[in-house]
Amino acid sequence: MAAPETSTAAVPTLHTNNTLRNAFGGVLSFFILLLIGVLAFLIRLFSVIKYESVIHEFDPYFNYRVTQFLTKKGIYDFWNWFDDRTWYPLGRVIGGTVYPGLTLTAGTIWWLLNSLNIPLSVETVCVFTAPIFSAFASWATYLLTKEVKGVGAGLTAATLLAMVPSYISRSVAGSYDNEAVAIFALIFTFSLYIKTLNTGSLFYATLNSIVYFYMVCSWGGYTFIINLIPMHVLLCIVTGRYSSRLYIAYAPLVVLGTLLAALVPVVGFNAVMTSEHFASFLVFIIIHVVAFVYYIKGILSPKMFKVAVTLVVSVGLAVCCAVIAVLIALVASSPTKGWSGRSLSLLDPTYASKYIPIIASVSEHQPPTWPSYFMDINVLAFLVPSGIIACFLPLTDASSFVVLYIATSVYFSGVMVRLMLVLAPAACITSGIALSEAFDVLTRSIKFQLPGVSSGAEVDEGETSSDTTEARNDEVKAEKPEEKSKDRPSKKSKKKEREHVEKPSAKAKVKTKAEKKRLLALPLEASAVSLLLLILLGAFYVVHCVWAAAEAYSAPSIVLTSHTRNGLHVFDDFREAYAWLRHNTDVDDKVASWWDYGYQTTAMANRTVIVDNNTWNNTHIATVGTAMSSPEKAAWEIFHSLDVKYVLVVFGGLIGYPSDDINKFLWMVRIGGGVFPHIKEPDYLRDGQYRIDSQATPTMLNCLMYKLSYYRFVETDGKAYDRVRRTEIGKKYFKLTHFEEVFTTHHWMVRIYKLKPPKNRIRGKTKKSKSKTSSTSSSKRSGTKKNPWL
Amino acid sequence: MGKLWVISIASIFILLPFLGNAFSPESPTDRRVLVLLDDSAIKSSHSIYFNSLKSRGFDLEFKLADDPKIALQRYGQYLYDALVLFCPSVERFGGSIDLAAILDFVDSGRDLIIAADSSASDLIREVGIECGVDFDEDPSAMVIDHIGYAVSETEGDHTLIASDDLIKSDVILGSKRIEAPILFRGIGHSLNPANNLVLKVLSASPSAYSANPKSKLSTPPSLTGSAISLVSIVQARNNARILITGSLSMFSNKFFRSGVQKAGEKTKHEKSGNEQFLTEISKWVFHERGHLKTVNVKHHKVGETDEPALYRINDELEYSVEIYEWSGKSWDPYVANDVQVQFYMMSPYVLKTMSHNKKGLYSTSFKVPDVYGVFQFKVEYQKLGYTSLSLSKQIPVRPYRHNEYERFIPAAYPYYGAAFSMMAGFFVFSFVHLYSK
Repeated sequence: MAAPETSTAAVPTLHTNNTLRNAFGGVLSFFILLLIGVLAFLIRLFSVIKYESVIHEFDPYFNYRVTQFLTKKGIYDFWNWFDDRTWYPLGRVIGGTVYPGLTLTAGTIWWLLNSLNIPLSVETVCVFTAPIFSAFASWATYLLTKEVKGVGAGLTAATLLAMVPSYISRSVAGSYDNEAVAIFALIFTFSLYIKTLNTGSLFYATLNSIVYFYMVCSWGGYTFIINLIPMHVLLCIVTGRYSSRLYIAYAPLVVLGTLLAALVPVVGFNAVMTSEHFASFLVFIIIHVVAFVYYIKGILSPKMFKVAVTLVVSVGLAVCCAVIAVLIALVASSPTKGWSGRSLSLLDPTYASKYIPIIASVSEHQPPTWPSYFMDINVLAFLVPSGIIACFLPLTDASSFVVLYIATSVYFSGVMVRLMLVLAPAACITSGIALSEAFDVLTRSIKFQLPGVSSGAEVDEGETSSDTTEARNDEVKAEKPEEKSKDRPSKKSKKKEREHVEKPSAKAKVKTKAEKKRLLALPLEASAVSLLLLILLGAFYVVHCVWAAAEAYSAPSIVLTSHTRNGLHVFDDFREAYAWLRHNTDVDDKVASWWDYGYQTTAMANRTVIVDNNTWNNTHIATVGTAMSSPEKAAWEIFHSLDVKYVLVVFGGLIGYPSDDINKFLWMVRIGGGVFPHIKEPDYLRDGQYRIDSQATPTMLNCLMYKLSYYRFVETDGKAYDRVRRTEIGKKYFKLTHFEEVFTTHHWMVRIYKLKPPKNRIRGKTKKSKSKTSSTSSSKRSGTKKNPWL
Repeated sequence: MGKLWVISIASIFILLPFLGNAFSPESPTDRRVLVLLDDSAIKSSHSIYFNSLKSRGFDLEFKLADDPKIALQRYGQYLYDALVLFCPSVERFGGSIDLAAILDFVDSGRDLIIAADSSASDLIREVGIECGVDFDEDPSAMVIDHIGYAVSETEGDHTLIASDDLIKSDVILGSKRIEAPILFRGIGHSLNPANNLVLKVLSASPSAYSANPKSKLSTPPSLTGSAISLVSIVQARNNARILITGSLSMFSNKFFRSGVQKAGEKTKHEKSGNEQFLTEISKWVFHERGHLKTVNVKHHKVGETDEPALYRINDELEYSVEIYEWSGKSWDPYVANDVQVQFYMMSPYVLKTMSHNKKGLYSTSFKVPDVYGVFQFKVEYQKLGYTSLSLSKQIPVRPYRHNEYERFIPAAYPYYGAAFSMMAGFFVFSFVHLYSK
């Protein structure tokens, strides 16, 4: 795609027009990059065009609310923000528990635009942050891949990343979530790391730490970086690739990066105290030891060195054993072994489902299914292996990093659907390399066999673009021993010098390689056909990505649509319900719902909620889960003790909306039962089956969630047929004693109930039926009597 | 942040039930009372009681219970502030009054006096049940006490009881002790012990039981002993007050005037305790006693006067509230040593008894606990006979801001020293390393 263009677009007069050709190639790649950025931005606008410019889903609403606060109150108030409208009555210290990168980014963009007199609303800025940053991310991919395999591969990888569905799913316009900026930061950190590794420049190392800081600000996924890079460093050391460039790439990152990371309030001392970061420190020690050993080796004679090694190793081993024993004891003394629950579930995929239902209950924390790989990275899944092979031909520091990156991210994506997002850039990079190499080989063979073109020049050209890095890496290695003897020249002169040294050797290499490649050329027909097939593959990818962007991943999930024979149906029930709450309830009223809807309620309805999507307090969530799984009276007491006025449930049975509260209900039972043992999951299951029809258990039919979901449901069609569960419900006619329905949206998707106040009087114990015999008054009263709970 | 007004509005809403009661503090004297009678003769036979009410400024309106024109409200406004049901045998009220109307009347915060009798109608029983009082189900049963009966010449069935087993509460019965026993003849009732809104004011002696005095006792009576309540009061959650008694005749002039001698006792009282008892208790029912109001709920940091929108952990704060009691004519300071304020978040973190200045101002100061969250100032004052005070005012407590921590901790000086010496050492080392040749 992009790679052949650059390589073939050059003018075939080798020596004189070389600079001109390079300039032309540079301009061309600049415009290609620009177009890639535009593509990345535009492909994410389907949601705005098909729906509207609106914040999507759940977490983005929280980020939007935080951004609003930031733009209104400024950064210090944001830092110290104690939010008393969530997690009632505990509250939440937002400033200290949120990754501020996204918010600060959008806030800065908003502030910039406003100071340029472009009056965009905060919401608009938030909606378009993700598409803008996906353009940045594709450029960062270009930089990274360019460092590994040259411009052609870089452009291909950037194009692939611009439209990879997995990334689109998290960065369509409106999906205002941490990942939107974090993926850019992740790729950019890696590319700067590779850049430093290739150049050995302290400038890039410092820049790398700063970008790493931005990543820490943005997303908890920064631990991936701080584990992957040490792994790579270790790999380099073990395979004997230690160099001063490696040291420069790594040591400043650990020191500066850790210091900077500790500045982010949500990370703080975690940067030096949790196990996630230990790997980096261990490798930091190792790299120093290795550097020291190399230094000593340079000073001492080989014989002396051997003596020194035996001495140091024997003493060092003893010390190491002691230190490790202490460390293990320290770590083992903490109950989770110093690892947070989410990280543990990465290492042991069954950990969460065994011990932490609250993590397991989130759908994006589930392991993915095979089709989701095809859906999310599509043909890249097939290109990745060939890309890995291409990375091994030849294996450089940079390409070994790519291999390590893809290997780890494949593992992580297999554990958690959400981490497909980390896999996607790696897959794009390797596939970009694979595609670019394949195009390279194929076009070269075609050109080689086309008559009328001078073959020698041809080969040379094709080579230079793809082989630059190879060549460079080769020379760098060749140059290494020289470096030692050099008399510490200034950085710039050193670089120039190096380039100077490079050129002749590179040229020589290229010549010999060209001879080799000549023999490797494929037959003309075969190359033409495979070229065609590759283009078809690419076309298929593009078609799939556009389809995914337009159909699969653009739904904002607060507005739903469905196509039927009668045309398009729009279900805007969520906003209807939140608007009702906003306009009809008191400003300090508390609304209880399952935690999924907490962020939306605070952001859209501006009402205090009990629990929300930041699931930091398991007990509090379990309390709400227990209330939902209890019979009415017990639930009323729980809610009343939390000052709850309204209860909100999401019900999809009327229109067939599958992710409603009844389908999530077993998680409420599990989470509730995890803290309050009187809630037992088997009570809600009939023979191990979760059902709500007439076979359902009495506990199920009497729990609050069932009652609030199905109250008056029979009045809709007379049969009470639930379209999600595809069955008639078990208990159709019942009355609510402690709750009253105050609002149900148009399609019954959201139902809001109010807690009745406690009775003004308490009745005597005599049964009402006793007085039946007597008088007209009793029959009269049954007609006029109001609810005893009023 | 600027939630001050929100909180104050919320507190007004909390206070509304007190302010919006039928018992209006502004014009409490011309209170209108509807008295429903079975028989207009009761008006004269119970005139002493009615006159005592009138003399206290009540505007009594007498109607027959089956009068077709009676109504409690017109155009959505209640016409009366209190209702007296002296119609034990009514099967069905006239006009628009029925059981639901009476209960709505009570639930709107208005007061009610019910006098039943033996052979009380089902309607009256229903009203009693709805208020939490179960009359003996046997329609002809009366309370009989073969030991604690009142000595009289005519009767031998011991249904006229002289009881002095009164609740010990000055608020309900007045500060003057009721010396003479109280005459009672009528039906007994029982209370559900779980019901904390209803109180037994006059209970029967342990030897009493409830049965039909005319027939022979074949089965053990369902109500016996001091479980039988003769007179009960109910204070609903909205502070509507209800008096329920099983005897209409205890209000009568005859009982008021008659002397009383309890069986087995020497002393013969010239006059029964009925008048004092019923007058005093009607003062309670009509909110002339034991009605509290709170005003001027204030809190602020020590040394400041303005109410903040939120506190910080470990702030010192002052909380004050003024409590007044209605004396029948004016609001007097309420004086008690047991009014407590809670600083509450799911459970009370601070529970302090407030001191008062004898002029109704209760105040205390305490330190905000070292826990952040959304707290409430809660005053839950429930004292026998008094209206229950339940104030709650939401106030968030925030953690320290980033610049409110100590800048330099003495314990950390070695670390500061280490950091700076490290920096200096590194600088020197770099210098030497770079420029020494």
